[in-house]
Amino acid sequence: MTNNTVISVHNLVKKFGSFTANDNLNFEVYEGEIFGFLGANGAGKTTAIRILSGLLEPTSGEVTVAGFDARKQAEQIKKNIGYMCQKFSLYEDLTVKENITLYGGIYRMDKKLIKERSEELLEKLHFREYENRLISDLPLGLKQKLAFSIAVLHEPRIVFLDEPTGGVDPITRRQFWEMIYETASRGITLFVTTHYMDEAEYCDRISIMSDGKIVALDTPAGLKRQYSAGSVEEVFVKIARPSPLGESLSRNSGRLG
Amino acid sequence: MSKVIESSGVSKKFGTIQALKDISFSVNESEIFGFIGPDGAGKTTLFRIITTLLIPDSGNMQVMGLDTVADFKDLRRNIGYMPGRFSLYQDLSVEENLNFYATVFGTTVRENYELIADIYSHIEPFKKRLAGKLSGGMKQKLALSCALIHKPKLLVLDEPTTGVDAVSRSEFWGMLRKLHKHNITIIVSTPYMDEAMRCDRVALVQSGRILSIDNPQMIKQGFTRKLFSVKASGKYALITALRQYPGTVTAYPFGDSVHVTFSGNRLENSVFDHLKKMGIENVQINETEAGIEDRFLELMEKDVTA
Repeated sequence: MTNNTVISVHNLVKKFGSFTANDNLNFEVYEGEIFGFLGANGAGKTTAIRILSGLLEPTSGEVTVAGFDARKQAEQIKKNIGYMCQKFSLYEDLTVKENITLYGGIYRMDKKLIKERSEELLEKLHFREYENRLISDLPLGLKQKLAFSIAVLHEPRIVFLDEPTGGVDPITRRQFWEMIYETASRGITLFVTTHYMDEAEYCDRISIMSDGKIVALDTPAGLKRQYSAGSVEEVFVKIARPSPLGESLSRNSGRLG
Repeated sequence: MSKVIESSGVSKKFGTIQALKDISFSVNESEIFGFIGPDGAGKTTLFRIITTLLIPDSGNMQVMGLDTVADFKDLRRNIGYMPGRFSLYQDLSVEENLNFYATVFGTTVRENYELIADIYSHIEPFKKRLAGKLSGGMKQKLALSCALIHKPKLLVLDEPTTGVDAVSRSEFWGMLRKLHKHNITIIVSTPYMDEAMRCDRVALVQSGRILSIDNPQMIKQGFTRKLFSVKASGKYALITALRQYPGTVTAYPFGDSVHVTFSGNRLENSVFDHLKKMGIENVQINETEAGIEDRFLELMEKDVTA
């Protein structure tokens, strides 16, 4: 892991009307890092991720992702990242192969490269037998591994994983994290949100958001020392307070309280 | 002690998928009984049968002495159900939702208020807020209040904590424990293994079958081998190296360490030599007590090879 910065956030503020969802965020993420982004529901994580993935403009502050400015070059950001969201992003009524081809096209990969990576992926995941199976027929664990592989099909510099392991069995969850490790070892940066506190321990560094601010940022070991805690969960419970209204408020400019 | 739920040989198929196979178990009065298992294990299907919303293909389900198929009308009055996706009307306010549920069950909010007072007090300040504008944790408290408003004898909670942060999850379980005092029997499903420890008894479920039923302490103690916790610098390199060691039987990442079982059921010095050769530094290996997740992983493995 080198110290090249792939995400740089300075004084990021995002407001929706009078509600401040992101309150002066400052942090950096380095190449090949597995960066855990934690926080209670309503803390502002989703807003921050949407800004980082070029889907939302900041109110103020400087945000650079993969070398592109989040305000002026959002389209460029979108082309250079991968994204895997909570309940997967695969088309249920298409086959495994069709999904790979479709996404390859969306990422503007050329046909030859799509075919090459497709073959690699199917071999690596032992998916040959499922090649022509509809996504809706696959068990959850396989869908998840496939969704992840597709999110990195175009070898982006950064991948955003939004609660990628929700509801999956413990064996598959661990296999999935090994895929994450392996991907990081290839120099791809992973930005992960999760509610599983043990998964926070797999990250190189984690940040914890509460009420729109970052209240902690360090390695898991560093945080446990700082808060005299035996686990990241203990640290979390000590410092992350859930907000009663949550980010759903960001859909209107409602009053607080 | 009477059985609140008695399930014998319940099976259910959807097309070619065997969602539940031969499920037999019972739940005692006032218990907090957990169903722990991943998505697709069959938890929701089972809960829908218990709450009279689905008819099993075979077997028999008795709830509070009544049959879920023949006596569904009587049963529905006495069950409180909180299904997986929130059961709230997003475009009604907090208090409108609560009033609605009370009315549907032929009671009033005031009638059984003391039952939900602790829970509802957290959201009462927002009672005019639309349910759709609440955070996950708050919606969960409201949904629980609505499920309890008619003072059911059985509370059925289908993954009430999925997608909710660790603080809210902890608070939620605190609230469930308090309900115990009111003699309400609670069955709850969850994919979070640590929540198993908060139940009186649990059933570990996978692919439509029950792998084990017991109190969580006994399940943990059912782990058949010695378990070792291995730490070192560089998690990924450590796991890879451990898997290449011939004496390793299983190696699973667990937070900041790797849980390993060895052949011969003991730690040999050769593992240190091996790790050193693979360039792994700062190796620490200690015997450790198996948790419920370790046991679940062990049962899952046996289940696959069986």
